[in-house]
Amino acid sequence: MSDTLIHTDPAPQPESKPTLLDRLPGSNNTILIAAFLFVLLAFVRTVTDADALTSSSTVGVAIRATIPIMLAGLAGLWAERAGVINIGIEGMMILGTWFGGWAAWQWGPWVGLIMAVVGGSIGGLVHAVAVVRFNVDHIISGVAINILAFGAMRFLSELAFVGEQGGGISQSPPQSSAIPRINLPFLAGGGDTTDILGNLEDRGWFLISDIAGVLGGFAHNLSWASVIALTLVPLTGWILWRTVFGLRVRSSGEAPGAAETLGVRIAPLRYAALSISGGLAGLGGGYLAIISSSFYREGQTASRGFIGLATMIFGNWNPIGVLGGASLFGFGEALNLVGPAALPKLFLYLAIVAGLVFVRSAMRRRWVPAAVQGTLGVACLVVFLTVDKIPEPLTKSVPFVLTLVVLASATQRLRMPAHDGKPFRSGEDH
Amino acid sequence: MSDDLAVELIGIEKRFPGVIANHDVNISVTSGTIHAIVGENGAGKSTLMKTLYGMHRPEKGRVIVNGTEQNFKSPSDAIDAGIGMVHQHFMLADNFTVTENIILGAEPTNGVRLDLKAAKRRLTEIATSSGIEVDLDALVADLGVGQRQRVEILKVLYRGAKILILDEPTAVLVPQEVDELFENLKQLVADGATVIFISHKLDEVMAVSDEITVIRAGTTVTTVLPSETDQKQLAEYMVGSELPAGEPRTTEIGDAVRLDVNGVSVGAGGDGGRPAVDDVSFSVHAGEILGVAGVEGNGQFELCQAILGLADATGSVIFDGHDVSSRPARERQDLGLAYIPFDRHTEGLMLDSSLWENLLLTRDNDPELCPHGFVDQAAVRAATVATISRYDVMTPSETVPIYALSGGNQQKLLVGRELDSGPTVLLAAHPTRGVDVGAQSSIWDKLREARDAGLAVLLITADLEELLALSDRIIVMFDGKVNAELSPSDATPELLGTYMTGGAV
Amino acid sequence: MTLDEIVNPPVKKTTGSRRGDLERTMVTIGSSLVAVLVAFVISGLLLAITGKDPFAAFSKMGEVATNTDKLYETVQRAMPFIMSAVAFAITAKLGLFNIGVEGQFLMGMFWAAVIGAYVELPAVLHIPFVIIVGSIAGAMWGAIAGYLKVKRGVNEVISTIMLNAIALQVIDWLFNEFFRFDDGTGSLDVRTKQLPESAWMPDIVDNQLNGFVVVVLLVVIAYYVVVFRSRFGFRLRASGLNPEAARTSGISANKMVLLAMLISGLVAGLVGLQYLMGESHSYGPTRPSGYGFTGIGVALLGRNHPIGIVAAGLLFGFLEAAGGPLQLEDIPSSIVRVIQGITLFSVVIISGAADRWYAKRTTERAARDMQLAGSGEQEVAA
Repeated sequence: MSDTLIHTDPAPQPESKPTLLDRLPGSNNTILIAAFLFVLLAFVRTVTDADALTSSSTVGVAIRATIPIMLAGLAGLWAERAGVINIGIEGMMILGTWFGGWAAWQWGPWVGLIMAVVGGSIGGLVHAVAVVRFNVDHIISGVAINILAFGAMRFLSELAFVGEQGGGISQSPPQSSAIPRINLPFLAGGGDTTDILGNLEDRGWFLISDIAGVLGGFAHNLSWASVIALTLVPLTGWILWRTVFGLRVRSSGEAPGAAETLGVRIAPLRYAALSISGGLAGLGGGYLAIISSSFYREGQTASRGFIGLATMIFGNWNPIGVLGGASLFGFGEALNLVGPAALPKLFLYLAIVAGLVFVRSAMRRRWVPAAVQGTLGVACLVVFLTVDKIPEPLTKSVPFVLTLVVLASATQRLRMPAHDGKPFRSGEDH
Repeated sequence: MSDDLAVELIGIEKRFPGVIANHDVNISVTSGTIHAIVGENGAGKSTLMKTLYGMHRPEKGRVIVNGTEQNFKSPSDAIDAGIGMVHQHFMLADNFTVTENIILGAEPTNGVRLDLKAAKRRLTEIATSSGIEVDLDALVADLGVGQRQRVEILKVLYRGAKILILDEPTAVLVPQEVDELFENLKQLVADGATVIFISHKLDEVMAVSDEITVIRAGTTVTTVLPSETDQKQLAEYMVGSELPAGEPRTTEIGDAVRLDVNGVSVGAGGDGGRPAVDDVSFSVHAGEILGVAGVEGNGQFELCQAILGLADATGSVIFDGHDVSSRPARERQDLGLAYIPFDRHTEGLMLDSSLWENLLLTRDNDPELCPHGFVDQAAVRAATVATISRYDVMTPSETVPIYALSGGNQQKLLVGRELDSGPTVLLAAHPTRGVDVGAQSSIWDKLREARDAGLAVLLITADLEELLALSDRIIVMFDGKVNAELSPSDATPELLGTYMTGGAV
Repeated sequence: MTLDEIVNPPVKKTTGSRRGDLERTMVTIGSSLVAVLVAFVISGLLLAITGKDPFAAFSKMGEVATNTDKLYETVQRAMPFIMSAVAFAITAKLGLFNIGVEGQFLMGMFWAAVIGAYVELPAVLHIPFVIIVGSIAGAMWGAIAGYLKVKRGVNEVISTIMLNAIALQVIDWLFNEFFRFDDGTGSLDVRTKQLPESAWMPDIVDNQLNGFVVVVLLVVIAYYVVVFRSRFGFRLRASGLNPEAARTSGISANKMVLLAMLISGLVAGLVGLQYLMGESHSYGPTRPSGYGFTGIGVALLGRNHPIGIVAAGLLFGFLEAAGGPLQLEDIPSSIVRVIQGITLFSVVIISGAADRWYAKRTTERAARDMQLAGSGEQEVAA
């Protein structure tokens, strides 16, 4: 027996102690930091006269650019939270673009969106059958779905669009009507009222005009589809973390063996989660075909399915994180479209942020990170001072490079669902 | 304590293909007591508890819970009867909170929503009344081992368990956590629960149980009260009173020290738990078999990993005069280190591959088999056929995928593969596990032959018969340390049993 | 026992047969064939449902199969698929998924075009030079993913997908900024500077079969020899079959991953060289794409085996070659893509199920064989 009471310290917290940030972002810290970052952006805008940085047109375009990526990210999230890797999101989005374009042309945009969801869900179900019933490797099934979707859509286009006005093997005829947009009254001049936000924005005042610009982006010309899509973020969070179904879906991704010993049946949960995943991806595709443009075009998805996966990863498998990551990319895309001249000015912003982080690292005596951040800051400053226009291919590669950088530096700190991607046969011991 | 019987197991028999795991098992557990079941590895304790928990059905026998005869078809039935099992390997979702882990599968709801408030209320009730306290909002990943165990206990209490089965609960706990656990168990029992726990640590068993049942070779040997016995006698019950004598050897132990292990530790510090291997030192001479006795899970695996060069270890490992402490595994093997692994499926074999490909796995540096970096298939096949023949591996051919062979035959191939490579030092972990009796003695003969020819062997086994049949010297590992060294002639069941279960003479 | 028998114990004749090996091969081939069949059937149904005539389609394909010109075209089209499949298969044997073959092949093709055009060498040196440049470019691009996996634990699926996209953008930018070449003809199809003729790969059969087929064959043979016959290949496959057992027997997982990604990228870099050296002689925006992904399909259908890959590649090549004639018969040529996609999906599902079935059967049969041979085995409790 223990003659001496050995005092053991409680287990020292691992480096990657999951803070509340991992599960409920929105703690005081994050809000303060976000606010500060915004003020800084406003400052840079004022100083460099780069109106596009916070203009309502940029924000408006950003919203439309963010949503497909965000939906793809949510699709990945639903799948991986259930323990299944879904590389096939791109393919499911493609299904969504096609079915959305086709149905919108035939029956109107709302039916289009619904059919897009259905098309994507079918893809999700196929993945589910392969992975859950036949135990196919998750990655292989996903890649196969991408290849299949890509090939099949062209075939379907040949059947449905060739010979129709405006259609062809790689695009559909335009949709019969568009989803209505909102202009908020008073704030954005909806219904012939004064456009308060627009006025404020035009003044160019530091911070006030910036806030007006950002809010204006939401208040002007906002599509109902965007509103619906954005509500899916809190809805996902609520379902996954506050309902029985969500808890069990997550258990399927964290510890399916343990869940089974408690009587939870894993297979139906995965089928459900993957259908939802496919549906979300399909909705993202439908959005591209119906809102971002007005018809289906081959290649419309442009790897957004994979960018969505990326946002899921550095959003730490969290819906708010997905939204944050997606809006980062959406903002970049929008800036490139609306005001490419403003892009180099963004580098001043980045330089300042890098500088601040450098100071913080130096104060903590973390020299290696400080050196990296300092160099980056100087590089950004140089770009700001010397470059007039950033070549488009380089801005287009930013999402991908960023993903690699985040993965390379933070793999230890990210928390993916514990059983993600691992094969699971019912009845297997833990 | 009442006189009612919470659990009665009568005449239980359980078979698996080729193995009789339990036969003629009779246990009566009084309500409101802590009842311990002790026995060695493979004695059949876990199998028995799985029967009680409904994880499988016995071939013969009756299970009676609280006076009612039961016929469990699955753990859910057992749970309904008020039985809860806390496994040795916890089944928890690290990234979930304690509450989420406990309520999963039996969630309190408010419509479609999770009613976490109600869950926490109920859990707090249970926690206070049982004295088993854990931070309900903590992430399991942040919890220490003792706390995780409490979560597992709460899991079964939440589902209304009145009879708790704990499988080797103290295997992973530090002494302070063990004390806390026993306090909790006593509290539970005072509230009317019944606890059955499986262990091989006799000192703990003596300290906390009201009754002890000993199981050996699949059957119940005796049931005693702690007051009527002592550790030495228990050890003898566990291990049997007769041990075979080893065969006398005709050759001498060599002078050369082939393997010298000095102050090796694995897994010390870091997560605050116990180190798996704690400052172990010994040496093995040419022509000597050093037997390492001990119940599985006391550091033997990690020790082998350290010697092989596959784990982070401190201390020195000197192999035939070469200091290989920081050399990679491949180099050590090239110098003549061979290994018969603990788990042939995870560590030793590629199940989908043929026998000859499996032979090649640890022999690909042999210039006869792989000249100039190319595989000479004919040579490998011939060598495999020879090994198959010498070790009596029952297989249709050397090209059959090895998953088609029985476990025993797979093991024979493994042993042959390593011995036939002409090693200088052999680490042999239960070399005859799963092998039939005839082949077992033939393998023992081969080991002795090799030893006589100069091989140095570190034999790790919990099978005392094997240990005594082969060893020239014996050390015992418990809790990561070497706590005894003796010669086979001095090894009595009580002595070995005592050391293996952490006691002192 | 005689002394001789003690020293040389008689080697027990094994009771089993080569039948087992043959059977295993048949199951593997069979599952691929069934998958192809399923794909054709489903595609036929699709055609019928959409009002086209499946029998006309299949008979047209049969025509194509017997046309010599089309056969050459089949081989020509199959070659990059086969090469790309080999690249994928190398890492697949290790259990890695190199989805990045697409980006690696683009890198190889681009840099071979650019660097090869500014060098003057006699043909006998120039051709190998261009080939080497292409493969090194591909290898380096693949090494990035390998490095990220080994040093930073980044999953290779995501990193290679990202690298594919990055490669596209980077090459586009490099091309437009630096390497557009005005050849003075005022043509709208602007490309890089054309490779000198010394770097052109001659045709074996004029305009029908390019000499690059030799390179492809060499690569396939090398794949077989290295992966299936060499010690390195054995260790590679062992690491894929049971990483833990491989580690226990001293194989270094990190080394394997790096080497596999390098070699895979090396082969991938060659994929586009057929087009570059045999056809266009320069790089431009109208370059082929998609070989990386089709290659994955070919590798899966061919079960990562050299002969299977060649057969699957030829099948896919044949389907591509049949596209044109099908179009003339009013059958959408994209049905070819559908067939390819469904084949891929079916083989993945069918082969998994078939392998499991075969494993069960073999185990049962082995147990029966042993009982017949009178082993009378009783096992000790584990």
